[in-house]
Amino acid sequence: MLPSDTLSQVFAALADPTRRAILARLTLGEATVKELAAPFAMSGPAVSKHLRVLERAGLVDRGRSAQWRPRRLKAQPLREVTEWAEQYRQFWDANYARLDTYLDHLQATEPQDADTK
Amino acid sequence: MPTPSSPGVTEIDTPSDLEARITRLVAAPRHLVWLAHTVPGHIQRWMLGPPGWTMPVCEMDLRPGGTWHWVWRKSAGEEMSMEGRYLEVVAGERIVSTEKWGPEWPETVNTIELTDHGQWTLITTTIRYPSKEARDAAMATGMTEGADQSYARLDELLRSLA
Repeated sequence: MLPSDTLSQVFAALADPTRRAILARLTLGEATVKELAAPFAMSGPAVSKHLRVLERAGLVDRGRSAQWRPRRLKAQPLREVTEWAEQYRQFWDANYARLDTYLDHLQATEPQDADTK
Repeated sequence: MPTPSSPGVTEIDTPSDLEARITRLVAAPRHLVWLAHTVPGHIQRWMLGPPGWTMPVCEMDLRPGGTWHWVWRKSAGEEMSMEGRYLEVVAGERIVSTEKWGPEWPETVNTIELTDHGQWTLITTTIRYPSKEARDAAMATGMTEGADQSYARLDELLRSLA
């Protein structure tokens, strides 16, 4: 699970609450920049800037045919992140479970005088 | 801080905007837990992550200013590398170090503290991120199981797509 450039870009994109809110909105269906800007006290250009970050991360793309080029969600990078995240979450538990076993082993093999040194 | 009442439970919380804290109680005396955290031959036996990974490189110059470099490898050839520098070392009690996964990842400052808990030992790892955004990104991507309410929406989103 070597973190790729794509994963880094997805993480960076997800780090911002506005961008997460935009993604959440896009799960409901495609939307224009104007529609996406509506819930935020934010200008169209500011929202466009967030959208560019999301597009670079491969999380959002644009419809081709419509005049207003609505944005839509692309799910694949998020799937990769959830797979990575699951491994990351397991990291602590797996390590500590192994540490428990290893400490049992150390205690069983520890010389009797170890505490009196 | 949420202290696990029994071994085998990993607790995670956020003591400040910049930090994430992981606590774990282990049924062993502190001097052994210290050994398991500071001697490469010991670390390589347990600090392996998910099944299928090994830790072929475990270099540590355990003194303030000394560097460390750990590499994990999966049988398929995937590799994961992490490195940093020790800032503070108090034998048997405390290690403060920097940690970096790669050029595009934020450097964190990690503090590992061992405290007596009766005959057992409490391991407290505090990870300090350079910004709240970096901490939130790490946590939002699964470092904690129970994300707080501000991430409920993201969790929902991720679940719906998984």
